[in-house]
Amino acid sequence: MSDPAKAESDPAKTEPAPRRKGLTRRQKRGLSQGIQYALFVAAVIAFAVSADWGRLKNQFAQADIAEQMFPDVITLALKNTVLYTLSGFVVGLVLGMVIALMRLSSVGPYRWFAGVYIEIFRGLPALLIFIFIGVAVPLAFPGTEIVGGTYGKVALALGLVAAAYMAETIRAGIQAVPKGQMEAARSLGFSPARAMISIIIPQAFRIILPPLTNELVLLFKDSSLVLFLGVTLEERELSKYGRDLASTTANSTPILVAGLCYLLVTIPLGFVVRRMEAKAQEAVK
Amino acid sequence: MSRPEIQVKGLHKSFGDNEVLKGIDLEIGQGEVVCVIGPSGSGKSTLLRCVNLLEEPTKGQVFVGGTELTDPDVDIDAVRRRIGMVFQQFNLFPHLTVTENLTLPQRRVLGRDKAEAAKVAAENLERVGLAEKAGAYPSSLSGGQQQRVAIARALSMGPAVMLFDEPTSALDPELVGDVLAVMRRLANEGMTMMVVTHEMTFAREVADRVVFMDGGVVVEDGTPAEVIGNPRHERTRHFLSRLLDPAMAEVEEETSDQVGGGDPKTD
Repeated sequence: MSDPAKAESDPAKTEPAPRRKGLTRRQKRGLSQGIQYALFVAAVIAFAVSADWGRLKNQFAQADIAEQMFPDVITLALKNTVLYTLSGFVVGLVLGMVIALMRLSSVGPYRWFAGVYIEIFRGLPALLIFIFIGVAVPLAFPGTEIVGGTYGKVALALGLVAAAYMAETIRAGIQAVPKGQMEAARSLGFSPARAMISIIIPQAFRIILPPLTNELVLLFKDSSLVLFLGVTLEERELSKYGRDLASTTANSTPILVAGLCYLLVTIPLGFVVRRMEAKAQEAVK
Repeated sequence: MSRPEIQVKGLHKSFGDNEVLKGIDLEIGQGEVVCVIGPSGSGKSTLLRCVNLLEEPTKGQVFVGGTELTDPDVDIDAVRRRIGMVFQQFNLFPHLTVTENLTLPQRRVLGRDKAEAAKVAAENLERVGLAEKAGAYPSSLSGGQQQRVAIARALSMGPAVMLFDEPTSALDPELVGDVLAVMRRLANEGMTMMVVTHEMTFAREVADRVVFMDGGVVVEDGTPAEVIGNPRHERTRHFLSRLLDPAMAEVEEETSDQVGGGDPKTD
């Protein structure tokens, strides 16, 4: 419409809309949708027909094996997964907050350190950190004992990784709070630290609640890396528990059950976040 | 006027190469209401922000209540408790209710207990006519109501001086009156006020003195009758004529000595 030649044409001279040859726009859309539905139905039918249902059921859904997993899969495995995740999350949150504040500091070396930390721990696979904490540290510093045994090691390993991601998230959240908020707080006599704690950080957390919870979900899954630390029977979490049982029964049902247990937590978590987001939106908007 | 409440001496402020304030001297006595007017980019907001050191002056001194704010050893947080500030964009804390906006600073900064802070908050909400909004969140209030809450928040700290940075510029025209009424009442109660504004009616009727700034200097300083009613300088006349009758303005060449393009801090 910005074309000057078109703008010049007399609007009063209303011609009937030009009809294109072939299909109209509506017909084209109908056809495109029809093809997509047909493809989908064909794929479902092809899968249903070709799959060996009896064998699949045998491999993945044996009721007696599933039954024998209870209640341990919940009271032991899921409980440990949750414990590992939460302890890692807390360590990550505290450390991440410190790193984020260092990143925003006016002291150069703090900023550099925080930057280097973030680059290193975001760049390395979490698995490597687990091996490092579980194997390299005890060898390099003989006699040192990480408090809390396996739980302490997992909290530290998960926390170190999570802190790098959370630091960036928290920093972004702090910077997303309008500058006027800090100015208003300072003009009321808040010291910079007090203003940060009382005014800025509470608002930043409302902003970063969704990405932070996303991080929790990622940690929840990463806690499965514990199996590389070598854990006792009582310290097994969902993945290790499922795998152990799968190998003793030579059947995949425990894997499926363990997978469902993960979803049992992650799906409601997503739901809760969306609710919180909507509520925070209402208050802040 | 024994001792000026606000005293600015030889104030300079630069943002990079851009010198926004080029030597300002200003005194405001106790209980005086001074309106600072001038075109955008004249440095009036920057001057106001230098008075509570939200902007660090490049050169010069600022005294409030006899304390030098520009002294590097001064406890700036303690001095700022005497200086209330109201912003163009209100800057209420959106995650707190109206009452919490008023009580949190009292409790955290002044160390008042819960009951006393709540009492002071209620009094000041009453003062700005918003007692019934105590439990509301800022987002549910109109701009005019938010600005009155912001004034009440500043007053809750018991300031000796109030600074207003274009308090009505972000408001819909029909909401300006309520805010000005609160400010007028405050002036009548004897509050020392420094107001950066475009509201000429307010300046004329409420201010004891009007300061006209342009290009980083004070061009004219006098009673409203002098500065608005009978300006001595061409620049003042020009500014006032454009303000009072914007439709009559003519297109003019930008001159290089203008700080044009707008003060980055006001927008």
